[in-house]
Formats: sequence, structure tokens, C-alpha cells
Amino acid sequence: MIITGAIFYLFILLSGTGGEMCVSRAMKSIGEVTDFRPRSIARVFVRAMKVPWMWIGVAMMALGFFSLLGLLSIANVSFVYPASALSYVVGALGGKFFLGENVTKQRWAGVLLVALGVVLVVVGRG
Amino acid sequence: MPNLVCEQEEIVSDEAIRAFEHPKRRVQLRVKTYILIMLMVLLNPISNILLKKGMDQVGPMVSWAPSTVATFFVHAFSTGAIWLAICCLLGFFVSYLLVLSWADYTFVQPSAALSNGLTAVLAYVILHEYISPIRWVGILLICGGVFVVGRTHPQTTEQL
Repeated sequence: MIITGAIFYLFILLSGTGGEMCVSRAMKSIGEVTDFRPRSIARVFVRAMKVPWMWIGVAMMALGFFSLLGLLSIANVSFVYPASALSYVVGALGGKFFLGENVTKQRWAGVLLVALGVVLVVVGRG
Repeated sequence: MPNLVCEQEEIVSDEAIRAFEHPKRRVQLRVKTYILIMLMVLLNPISNILLKKGMDQVGPMVSWAPSTVATFFVHAFSTGAIWLAICCLLGFFVSYLLVLSWADYTFVQPSAALSNGLTAVLAYVILHEYISPIRWVGILLICGGVFVVGRTHPQTTEQL
């Protein structure tokens, strides 16, 4: 059961976060959405679906979602959800190197606080 | 001629930078970013609680045999709570995509971690799950980290 859980956890971490970064890249290539009327939002989605990064991202996020379902079938939600927050460290690294974002010292400090919180959530498993 | 093109590109780039740094635009950007992140923070924990309720009805996956895995997921997707959760996740995903069209991933992702705190509270109140004091401290640290990230500017890059 522990190995199964670990496999699910790894997929949530890598596939889920990787997928989010691909989706982020796709949306950045479309540009800032300024019109929030339903028709304009629908048009944004049609444009987004034409970007290959969006499909790669959605496929990876789907794999992450199935892994989340698997892990939730064997563990408490108050453990699973905060523990998957380790993806914030993976996300910060990906944001810097894959998306070229400016991750300032303050933002790194926030990410580290989140990661430390995750460690305590895992250690404090009741 | 190449010089002219080069100069023109420089002017456009300067204008973009000025618009990006304009105080009114910064406030507008923050307001719409926070509204969409708030939607994400509400919808994600609700979907997690619904997913847990649904998966409790399905029960654990007992083996990795293909037929067992298939039955497990068919059972999962015939549960009402799972579909309600998927509806909440769709709302979450729409907000997420829209906010990512302008805000940094490294801003949005940690800010959405506030949903960790809300998930724990809902798990405690609705599912009656036990949450140890150490875990509460961990959740508070996550929320603190989100607060620190939230004080940085949401956008450090332009269109890719």
C-alpha cells in the first residue's frame, strides 16, 4: 500500500506540476485576457486549444488527477492535499527555468515557507 | 532601413514597459488577479472534499491488475460526488487559465496554496478527520508562505 501511495504521489508531483507549467506557457502565448464577457472567454479557449502546449499540459494534468484519485482512495484528504504542496518547489524551479519568470528572493522565501509547511504536514500525520 | 525597424521596435518596447509600470494598471492587475485566485481558493477545497467523499464510496484499489484498475475508475466515475467535484474543478480550471494569461505561474501556484488551509478546515468540519497540532502549524506555515508570495508583483514577464 505504501509503494502504491508513493507511485501515485510521484505522479501528482511531476506530472501534475509539469502539466500546469505547459498550460501556463500556452496561456502566456495567447496574452493577457482583458474582456471577461462569456463570448470573449469562449474565444480565448478556442485560441488556447490551438496551442500544442495546452494539449500536452492537459494530458499531464489528467494523469496527475487520476493519481490524485488513486491516492485519495488510500489516504486522508487532510494529508494528501497539503503533502502534494511540495509541487510548489518544483513549480518555482520550473517557473524560473522553463517559463523564464523572475523569481525574487521574497518569492523564494514564500515558496520555502510553503515547503516547510508541507514537511510539517507530512511529519504530523496523525 | 534596418535601423528604422530597430528604433521602432525599441519605442514599442518602451511603451509596453511604461504601461506595465503604470500605477493604475498595477492596481487593476492586482484586483482581477486576486478575484480569480479567490475563486480558485474556494472551488478547489470544495472539489477535494467531494472527491474524498466519492472515493470513500468506491473504496481502495486492491491490485494493479488491468481489470481491477478499470473497474476501480469505472466505479469512481459512476459516483455522483465525483461528478460534482469535476464541475467545481472545471470552474477552478477556467479561473486558473484566465489568471495565467497575465500572471506569473510562480505567483499563482503558491497563492492558490491558501486552499490547503481551507481544505484542512473543511476536512475537520465536514469529514471529521483528525488533524494533529503539528499539521495545523504546517498548514499555517503554508498560508504564511502564500502571504509572502502574494506581496510580490503578480507579473514579471510579458507575453511569451
